[in-house]
Amino acid sequence: MYSRYARRYARLVTMPSTAPSPKRSAPLAQGGAPSHTLTDVTASDSTLRRFLHGLPGVDAVGLEARAASLGTRSIKTTSKAYAIDLAISMVDLTTLEGADTPGKVRALGAKAAHPDPTDRTTPTTAAVCVYPDMVAVAKEAVAGSGVKVASVATAFPAGRAALEVKLADVRDAVAAGADEIDMVIDRGAFLSGHYLKVHDEIVAVKEACGTSARLKVIFETGELSTYDNIRRASWLGMLAGADFIKTSTGKVAVNATPANTLLMLEAVRDFRAQTGVQIGVKPAGGIRTSKDAIKFLVLVNETAGEDWLDNHWFRFGASSLLNDLLMQRQKLATGRYSGPDYVTVD
Amino acid sequence: MSEKSETIERLSVFKTYKLYVGGKFPRSESGRVYEVTDSKGKWLANAPQASRKDARDAVVAARKAFGGWAGATAYNRGQVLYRVAEMLEGRRGQFVREVAEAEGLSKAKAAAQVDAAVDRWVWYAGWTDKIAQVVGGGNPVAGPFFNLSSPEPTGVVTVLAPQESSFLGLVSVVAPVIATGNTAVVIASERAPLPALSLGEVLATSDLPGGVVNVLSGRTAEIAAPLAAHQDVNAIDLAGADEALAKELEVAAADNLKRVLRPQPVDDWSATPGLDRITAFLETKTVWHPTGSLGASGSSY
Repeated sequence: MYSRYARRYARLVTMPSTAPSPKRSAPLAQGGAPSHTLTDVTASDSTLRRFLHGLPGVDAVGLEARAASLGTRSIKTTSKAYAIDLAISMVDLTTLEGADTPGKVRALGAKAAHPDPTDRTTPTTAAVCVYPDMVAVAKEAVAGSGVKVASVATAFPAGRAALEVKLADVRDAVAAGADEIDMVIDRGAFLSGHYLKVHDEIVAVKEACGTSARLKVIFETGELSTYDNIRRASWLGMLAGADFIKTSTGKVAVNATPANTLLMLEAVRDFRAQTGVQIGVKPAGGIRTSKDAIKFLVLVNETAGEDWLDNHWFRFGASSLLNDLLMQRQKLATGRYSGPDYVTVD
Repeated sequence: MSEKSETIERLSVFKTYKLYVGGKFPRSESGRVYEVTDSKGKWLANAPQASRKDARDAVVAARKAFGGWAGATAYNRGQVLYRVAEMLEGRRGQFVREVAEAEGLSKAKAAAQVDAAVDRWVWYAGWTDKIAQVVGGGNPVAGPFFNLSSPEPTGVVTVLAPQESSFLGLVSVVAPVIATGNTAVVIASERAPLPALSLGEVLATSDLPGGVVNVLSGRTAEIAAPLAAHQDVNAIDLAGADEALAKELEVAAADNLKRVLRPQPVDDWSATPGLDRITAFLETKTVWHPTGSLGASGSSY
């Protein structure tokens, strides 16, 4: 049934989500601002609004049907082994609890560097993701393993703080050695239509990240309420210079879904087509099983393309997912179903 | 309206037998079914033919249910098992028919089997809060400590139900496993799975938390192999395995040191079973507890 819908709506869904190109090309990128052909749409609040509202509307039924139909692919044997290893290498192993202790972060770092101590051929995860005050501990824990340290910042998860406070938060994390900063956008400003405010905030945070840290911009898709808003937010984030766009914080009821991730993948694909700049995607929250993870990888391959099948361009924000991936990996290696006794408790 | 009132023959409603996994009634993940016949070869129904993925799902459900069931008070487990007996009593007619068809027994003999099975539930329901007194207790030790041994459930137990006694045999192997707080993945008799699948419907309506008992039907050898090798299964009861299969499963089960109950010849399932089956899936936890500081008299009292 889904496949029939998918065929019917395929053209609508895969239709480029680009807006009419701006009338005159941008003169020159100014300090800090990204250098691509769309810079002049951010010249003022009204041009930005006109651009974002000029993006084609999202066909919600078609989008969900396509996401569902791509989720029915059967990935087995060697493909599955490849997908599981790829997924492990894309995990941002996350702990964002009020009760995080240095000990817990060190344990997490050890796990990121050697996800399965019984099998050293297991790839390392992409990064560990912690609160800013734990960055130094995490950095020490993963030293020498190639695992990056990501830190949430800008008053995560609500983002309800003054800009100066947010920037101080970011500088603090970067100074402690964070390789990646996960910021949250000001959803209040976005929903009330102050797009330029959101944009300028992302630009300011990007500047605070400097050259050493990549910036992931979290939209909290569960709070944006419509697919149109998610598409607008994606373009807004990319225009402002995000290195990654990320679905959610994992702290609200609705987190990463195949449909909203598909929408964001379309956005990065179209953005690269228009500007030549490649941007990463990170679904976060609610991805718990290997099966789910593989579905997301199918989405990536079929939407954005193979260029994104790398942990430089695609990540999973998750904590419990890794254990399931490891259990599946053990099953493939030994032929026996594994159990939670054979992976760490975290 | 015409006066003519024809008696329209009613269309009978066939029952679709389904698996019982995690408190739900799924079809087999594989979509397969197989024909179940009575003892004379007459078709009775199609039963789901479970695959190894159904077995895996059943283990996940059983593991999830284990904490709550093992943590429930023994008294509460007894109440729930007694409730199962009550529900069985209400469906007595159905089970008598199914057992008679499955085993080729007369109505009277089948009824005797079902009655014995109901009594068996009640018998094990009574043991839930008494077994600790029999196999546990306080140990005398030379020191100022209380030393207590208490029986603890093993965990997730795979049960290969007896092939011949489709209902009384089934109850006799399932009830002792869950009475002490284990959770079970049951592989029904291959030739006569219908009473077991109907038992799932009884369990679903008798306060037993979903996942405590999971019933799979299909080819015993096919389903048992992945379960015997499964790293998250703690014990396996081989009652329904023949000699060759039992050996193979025992080898597979050795990998994570599962407790294995080897098949034993049972002449008469209706005989009083004793405590062998109930103690086979218990582990003894021993705790030391200081009695308190010793006074001048050598005792804290």
